[in-house]
Amino acid sequence: MSSFNIWMIIAVLGVGTFLIRYSFFGLIGDRQFPPWALRMLRYTPVAVLPGLVAPKVIWPNGVDGGYDPATLAGAAVAIAAGVYSKNMIVAVAAGGLVFYATGWVLN
Amino acid sequence: MASSTSNSSWRKGFRDGLPFVVMIVPFGMVFGVIGTEAGLNIAEIMGFSVLVIAGSAQLAALQLMADNTPTLIILITSLAINLRMAMYSASLTPHFGPATFWQRVLAAYVLVDQSYALAMDRFDRNPEMSTSDKLSYYFGVAAPVVTLWYASTLSGAILGEAIPADLQLDFIVPLMFLSMVAPALKTLAHVAAALTSVCLSLVFAFLPYGSGLLVAALVALVVGSQVELWTQKRAQT
Repeated sequence: MSSFNIWMIIAVLGVGTFLIRYSFFGLIGDRQFPPWALRMLRYTPVAVLPGLVAPKVIWPNGVDGGYDPATLAGAAVAIAAGVYSKNMIVAVAAGGLVFYATGWVLN
Repeated sequence: MASSTSNSSWRKGFRDGLPFVVMIVPFGMVFGVIGTEAGLNIAEIMGFSVLVIAGSAQLAALQLMADNTPTLIILITSLAINLRMAMYSASLTPHFGPATFWQRVLAAYVLVDQSYALAMDRFDRNPEMSTSDKLSYYFGVAAPVVTLWYASTLSGAILGEAIPADLQLDFIVPLMFLSMVAPALKTLAHVAAALTSVCLSLVFAFLPYGSGLLVAALVALVVGSQVELWTQKRAQT
């Protein structure tokens, strides 16, 4: 990817994200969202992020590349630890540990 | 005196914001390291952290760039992750409405999950706070969060140039996102939205240009909000 392309992505994301943050302060003012919109917005991270990573977990080497036991085990443990502990750091540590340990044992 | 209460509000905010170090610093460092592994230089990595200041969206953009996703899809996906901030903006507007133009611009720039959550909690508990007190507290929270975000990104980028490339960083982005989402799976609606997103992104993985994710996310949003409605109705009857 060219440097121009990278800076264009940074610039558009920067301006776009600022406008999202500034939207009600300056542009829309003291008006509330309709309830249906609020309901949808509540779920944006949880709707986007799992789908972003799912193919990476199931097919780490591309759709025809098959499964990777270390990736699957690490991901499963991270999810379980995160749900159980409600703590992101604990989840990262547990999932990372299992990922590297499984990879080390199998290789 | 207004200035001295504002001062103590700022310090209170700063102290309340400080514990987020344990989350901000590793996240910023991971972004810096992964950025260099993805082939970005330090200026570009810092450009992301200073101009966008939204860890999840930045990391998602990086991942999609590494996958050679078309620029338009990268932009739509990353901005979609940040859409939740429109909700933050709406709920802070009654508090910051009377502030000056530049105060509102700065408040918007540092509007992140942490500053929003702490500020709303404090404003709800102390409705008698003045606008300048509220702003001071909010900027106090944002100060350590934002500066540590820059600093940890920078140190991650410097570190990344020294780290060998075979650290299996491919797993780190999924690991970060799964660890971030898992604690947020508090209700049936959140679980339903996450599961829909996972299943449909796998089903639509064949769609060109990474557009399968957009379809999956859109359906997941609808599923999440419909399940929320349904559970509310059930609770009422």
